[in-house]
Amino acid sequence: MNETEIKTRVIAIIKSIAPEVEEGELRADRPLRDQIDLDSMDWLNVLVAVNEKLHVDIPEADYGKLVTLDNLVAYLRAKLASRV
Amino acid sequence: MIEFKLPSLGADMDRGKLLEWKVKPGEAVKRGQVVAVVDTAKAAVEVEIWQDGTVFELLLQPGETVPVGTAMATLLQPGETPEQAALQKREVPAARPAPKPAPAAAAVAPPAVAAPSAAPLAQRRPVSPAARRHASELNVDIDKVTGTGPHGAVTIEDVEKAAARAAPAPADRYAEMRKAIAAAMSRSKREIPHYYLSETIPMQRAVEWLARENEKRPVTERILMGTLQLKAVALALAKAPELNGFWLDGKFQAATGVHIGVAISIRQGGLIAPAIHDADKKSLIELMRALSDLVARARAGSLRSSEMSDPTITVTNLGDQGVEAVFGVIYPPQVALVGFGRLETRPWAANGALSAVPLVTASLSGDHRASDGIRGARFLAGLRERLQHPEEL
Repeated sequence: MNETEIKTRVIAIIKSIAPEVEEGELRADRPLRDQIDLDSMDWLNVLVAVNEKLHVDIPEADYGKLVTLDNLVAYLRAKLASRV
Repeated sequence: MIEFKLPSLGADMDRGKLLEWKVKPGEAVKRGQVVAVVDTAKAAVEVEIWQDGTVFELLLQPGETVPVGTAMATLLQPGETPEQAALQKREVPAARPAPKPAPAAAAVAPPAVAAPSAAPLAQRRPVSPAARRHASELNVDIDKVTGTGPHGAVTIEDVEKAAARAAPAPADRYAEMRKAIAAAMSRSKREIPHYYLSETIPMQRAVEWLARENEKRPVTERILMGTLQLKAVALALAKAPELNGFWLDGKFQAATGVHIGVAISIRQGGLIAPAIHDADKKSLIELMRALSDLVARARAGSLRSSEMSDPTITVTNLGDQGVEAVFGVIYPPQVALVGFGRLETRPWAANGALSAVPLVTASLSGDHRASDGIRGARFLAGLRERLQHPEEL
């Protein structure tokens, strides 16, 4: 899966949790939680959906690395690539 | 014969609109079973029945809006025959709190479709009185509604579909919810003499313990700090029964269980605080699942009547929104509200040394009619103590 595909999937997941998100207004290099109203339950639901759709289980210890959409996409890409 | 009445679904709800019956006459029902769906200002609520029996008559039609306490259906008690009930009905004229125009015959007719045969022949096409009345309530021009019933009859469903097309529901729901919150909160501040206490709680142990726990768990079984806090509140209440219950008829009534109302913000705006039942008896993972399920259903607008009507205390957590502390307004007739602010590492002095420690500010809003500050203070001390022993939660 390339970066664009991962990004599309992740945005779809975020929109399923926060339907008010406008894709065009989301800055991939800015902190997600500054732009979207995601509480800790929503964030956990994002990660559960990532696990379900992309089969990557992100440990809690890595949450700190996943601040922006770019971070999340790069993280998932690395995880998916290391698996092949 | 038992009358099943529309239950109160919280201080900010005094009426409801029947959307759907989930049972039909002749059907046996069990205590706790969902028998109807009723729309309120805040959500579509699944109404549970409070006794076993057999459905005898459905007294309301979908689409009817009635005040809390209105008889919705009659039930046969175990062993009672329809004949006995019919006899009893003749002896005791229907004891409804509000007179309703629905004719008694309507209760026997299938409730989902308005009886088209009742419409006068002179009309261009049949429209039941119920559909006509509902149309006027919803400001729908009945002549412009396409009928899908027998002979092109306009049913209540047709009217509702027309209304849904005419007015966007979410905006209405938000306005209704705002009104309901305004009414409950105004009543609270008018009637309840609040006192406020707060306590800074060191969270080092809870944070470390939870990190170790979550490391072992797949993402679907991870526990949020908010769940630990809920459990700690539930357990600490055991030593502060005067905070868990209701102020009713001029006196405090202690609750028998710990049913924590969890304040949940709705994405489109507004707030709802349905209950997690017996929170003190649930394990952390059970509590986490209950919370996750409750948040999802509250946001989808699908809650149960018992969740709406029986929270015995409310917990609000605004930590994710970044505030240091929250001092809430008590939801009547409850007598206390516990608030949690953000979990943050700050300087903390202990044992003569200064260190950086994760801290959270917990607050208590108490009803001074039901309890005094000293009891509230002991409760917060107990809460703090509970959070120092996360493995026991």
